[in-house]
Amino acid sequence: MIRHTTGGKNWVRRWAAACLLVALAAFPAMAKQKVAVGYIGPLTGGVSANGLGGRNSAELAVKLRNEDPSAKYEYDFVALDDECKPNIGVQVATKLAADRKIAGAVAHYCSAVALSAVEIYHRFNLPVIVWGAVHPDITYGHDFKEITRVNGTMINQNETAAKFMRSRGYKTFAIIHDTTDYGKSHKEYFNKFITENGGKVLGVFGVTADQQDFNAELTKIKSLAPDVIYFGGLTPLGVRIRSQMEKLGIPAQFEGTSGIKSDAFIEGLGKELAEGSLSFIEGMPLEKLPRGAFFSAAYDNHGYTQPPEAYGPFAFAAMSLLLDNIEKLGPTRAKLIPAIRATKDADSIVGPISFDDHGQNTVAAISKYVVQDGKWVLWEDSEYASGKRSLKKPQ
Amino acid sequence: MDVGFFAQFVINGLMLGMMYALVAVGFTLFFGVLDVIVFSHGDVVMVGGFTGLSMYFWLERMYPHLSPGPKLLCMALVSMTVIALLGAAVARSVILRLRAAPSLNTLLATMMLGTVLRESIRLFYPDGANPKPFPALLPKWSVEYSGLTLRLDNLILFCIGALLIVSVHLLINRTRLGLAIRAVAQDEETARIMGVNFTLIVLVTFAIGSAVAAFAGLMNGLYYNEINFSMGLLLGAIGFSAAVIGGLGNIYGAILGGFIFAFLQTIGAVALPFASAYKDVFAFAVIIALMAWRPTGLIAEKTSERV
Repeated sequence: MIRHTTGGKNWVRRWAAACLLVALAAFPAMAKQKVAVGYIGPLTGGVSANGLGGRNSAELAVKLRNEDPSAKYEYDFVALDDECKPNIGVQVATKLAADRKIAGAVAHYCSAVALSAVEIYHRFNLPVIVWGAVHPDITYGHDFKEITRVNGTMINQNETAAKFMRSRGYKTFAIIHDTTDYGKSHKEYFNKFITENGGKVLGVFGVTADQQDFNAELTKIKSLAPDVIYFGGLTPLGVRIRSQMEKLGIPAQFEGTSGIKSDAFIEGLGKELAEGSLSFIEGMPLEKLPRGAFFSAAYDNHGYTQPPEAYGPFAFAAMSLLLDNIEKLGPTRAKLIPAIRATKDADSIVGPISFDDHGQNTVAAISKYVVQDGKWVLWEDSEYASGKRSLKKPQ
Repeated sequence: MDVGFFAQFVINGLMLGMMYALVAVGFTLFFGVLDVIVFSHGDVVMVGGFTGLSMYFWLERMYPHLSPGPKLLCMALVSMTVIALLGAAVARSVILRLRAAPSLNTLLATMMLGTVLRESIRLFYPDGANPKPFPALLPKWSVEYSGLTLRLDNLILFCIGALLIVSVHLLINRTRLGLAIRAVAQDEETARIMGVNFTLIVLVTFAIGSAVAAFAGLMNGLYYNEINFSMGLLLGAIGFSAAVIGGLGNIYGAILGGFIFAFLQTIGAVALPFASAYKDVFAFAVIIALMAWRPTGLIAEKTSERV
């Protein structure tokens, strides 16, 4: 009996010890290791609609991953505001890059900011995937291995734009651009492609990025009587120029770049005035993407009130790519940099991602958009393409 | 160049000049009575615009069927009253308190006050960091003549602006209140001895200058259909320069300065060979040259009279 009891006690002890061991082993698995990832974009200021849409989309990627029980890590999302100003951008980029807890980041909508920040990421060896800025030099202007980009550059955009405008019979153009590197490059590439395609540029006007009054420039353009006013710059200026064009009674067609392809452009102008404005942007619209519906549903389910805007899906894809790599290799910057750079045909909501030798994603198609009834509509699906409505006639 | 296009440039310049003149009048009034430079004035203009916009939203909610005319009148009255009170409060709490301190302190204090106003709108106005669309409440009627588009709304804005400046001028030169303002401007001590309530006169002057600024803010919003929190920065710098080249302390000088600056900008944007982005550089450079030529301004202040 005694022996038996002792044996019983031993058995209980062993059982308790085993349970404790299992519990100890299981506990760290339940509380996953925390990893921080960063996001930078313009959260305040004129183009904040795009920055907020990008932030929400990137955050959504993180949230979905945290909800996934099979994920190895728990992710903290750190979002910083570059205000679309290079001086502020450099500060927040340094803050993010210098924080060793940050494993990687997706960053920048504004080219001028991205251009001044890439060197900081290189210096601190932070892997960064650009999600919205389109200046070619952000990937092609250096050999930094830390920088990759999921969206396309403005070169393809302007080539498509120039060919399209010529095919619609427009011959003469006036160019307004902001004098940041972003606007200047738009001017350069559009000028190049439109001239190659037989168009004629009647005048080029550089304006500061916070200019309010365009009456002087527009009056001069009115006297030149171009078929089209091309604007290389971002939404706030686009809104002002389009509205002042109307006030001066300029009959030209208004053409923008991906910089004005935001709901804020239509909101700022009102439905009537925005009608018929053109823009060009890489990638297909959300509803045409293979998993666009999934993204839209998840975005709405997580209660975001601001729209994802044009580059939201790219921010989502960039963040997902970063998280995939962290899952695979762990949160070590040195391992992530070459792995992200070597991405080939990675599945994403914006289509397969492959980086060339400068870390630039080889995005295929450029989509053409026109404002129709207060919405950006894919050109091919619009009533403008079907001939039901028409753009401004060449003069 | 066509006559029509030339006329269009002149009209653009006149509209811009009127806005600058309205801001410059404030700078010159304040300098006239107290010998102070109030650098927050540009931001007061901006706050005026935002007050008008808030009033618009309130009216939209409470009286959605009100027609644009009375709505605009309400917006103008409320915005000008609120900003007049703000101006008087600034004078009372900052400028009068720093009377004994070196004038550099006033300059710095008002500069910082401007930053406080600007950042407050940016941070506390709903979605204040973004440019705000301003409703077009004036009739949109326009007439087109060989390149010239003459718009009724511009004409109305210009006329009200001119009317405002003329009334300020009459107020100062033809009324008892104006007499008291001029007395304080000339000699504070003697004015006090003669029974002028110095503090009250200073507050009233600041209220008048600020109310004019509030109108400039509204005019800016109606003209561009947009206002933003940082618009006061450049407007302040331009208004101040205009007041200086016109001759600080002289109302005619402020008006002249405002129009000169607007025409310099227009010339810089269209008539010179370099990119129009340099129009501000050009305009400010000419201002520097003018200041070197006439340090006391184009219409120099008479020693006996300041306002």
